[in-house]
Amino acid sequence: MSEPKKILLDARRLLCPMPVIRVQNAVAGLRPGDRVEATCSDPGVLHDIPAWCRINGHRVLESRGEGADYILLVEVGGP
Amino acid sequence: MTEQRKALALISGGLDSLLAARVMQEQGIHVEGVNFYTGFCVEGHTHAIRYKDRQKPKRNNALWVAEQLGIKLHIIDIVEEYKDIVLNPRHGYGAHLNPCLDCKIFMVHKALEWMRAHGFDFIVTGEVIGQRPMSQRKDTLPVVARESEAHDLLVRPLCGKNLPPTLPEREGWIQRAGLYDFSGRSRKPQMALAARFGLQDYAQPSGGCCFLTDEQYSHKLADLWQARGERRYEMDDIMLLKVGRHIRPRPHFKLIVAREEGEGNFLQGYRKDYCSLTPLSHPGPLTLIDGTPGDAEIELAARIVARYSQGRGAEQVELEYQNRQGNSRRLRVTPLPPHEIPQEWYL
Repeated sequence: MSEPKKILLDARRLLCPMPVIRVQNAVAGLRPGDRVEATCSDPGVLHDIPAWCRINGHRVLESRGEGADYILLVEVGGP
Repeated sequence: MTEQRKALALISGGLDSLLAARVMQEQGIHVEGVNFYTGFCVEGHTHAIRYKDRQKPKRNNALWVAEQLGIKLHIIDIVEEYKDIVLNPRHGYGAHLNPCLDCKIFMVHKALEWMRAHGFDFIVTGEVIGQRPMSQRKDTLPVVARESEAHDLLVRPLCGKNLPPTLPEREGWIQRAGLYDFSGRSRKPQMALAARFGLQDYAQPSGGCCFLTDEQYSHKLADLWQARGERRYEMDDIMLLKVGRHIRPRPHFKLIVAREEGEGNFLQGYRKDYCSLTPLSHPGPLTLIDGTPGDAEIELAARIVARYSQGRGAEQVELEYQNRQGNSRRLRVTPLPPHEIPQEWYL
């Protein structure tokens, strides 16, 4: 069994829903248990990415502010 | 055991698409949603940019609708492909630069492609005959079905009883008796149906989820095309049209003046792509200059920006002018009195 992958995604300067779309597209190429760490500048992601994860079966493991950015760590759920 | 059929519902985030998807769920259909992002969607942007709007509860209505329905939502970026729809609509524009009929045809066609690629059986929309003046008329609903190539795979549950039976009805996947016969602009039938489903919180219909239906926005877009001498746009262009006060003192340049701190922060991200003016001696708005003003015109621009600074009553205001290469110089100007800014300069 291979180690889970972790993808870093720079979604700064993008306004919602573009960061959500970027996360969605990144997740599409991953397996359950893999992770995406998205760095965003639109505070709307704090609402939209968790909502997208809830309805599509993924999990936000961490959500934090870092300077002017917002960082969300998403774990890919099952199909 | 009967195979569960799968429908792809176009979810805008409004009440009609919410109800249409819900009606299909009532009939035992597996529904997933698709939401197309054109770049002109009203969702979110100004909330994200303007500080004063950040206090308002923020939600993406399409995601919220999907969550209410318990369905997956696929958000698809169609910004590039959509340009052709905006620039060359076969069926023309609505009241402003809104190509509603071409837009609907395009989105249903994209949904059809997705449906085929993912093994779904039919498409669902929340269209209602007579609901919209351009894309939802009795004579244009068949145009959408035909030109999108969805034909009888396109189900409109809210007005399906007023339309010829679709393939899913003929095949018995869904029951015609479970569809509705809504028509016209009244929202009362939809609200009654929402109440029946126990839905109390939904996006209030306000006539548009697209900036192209907005008169002022369309005016700014038309001005952009005229100033450039060609009808084209990039993503940054259409974002910037949503931000700030746009003032065109001369045909070959305009100013984008931040109206508040949030907009100023947003415009900061564009300083390397545009010339800019920033008041130094007094608090005032960051302003981008789109175009190529000469030296005398830079002074005129500075006088206009000074007028929007807190030094508007002062004899002189000092500003920093920065060009695209990042080189800057300072200039001192007298703020332009408001009566010397003609109304037609404002876009």
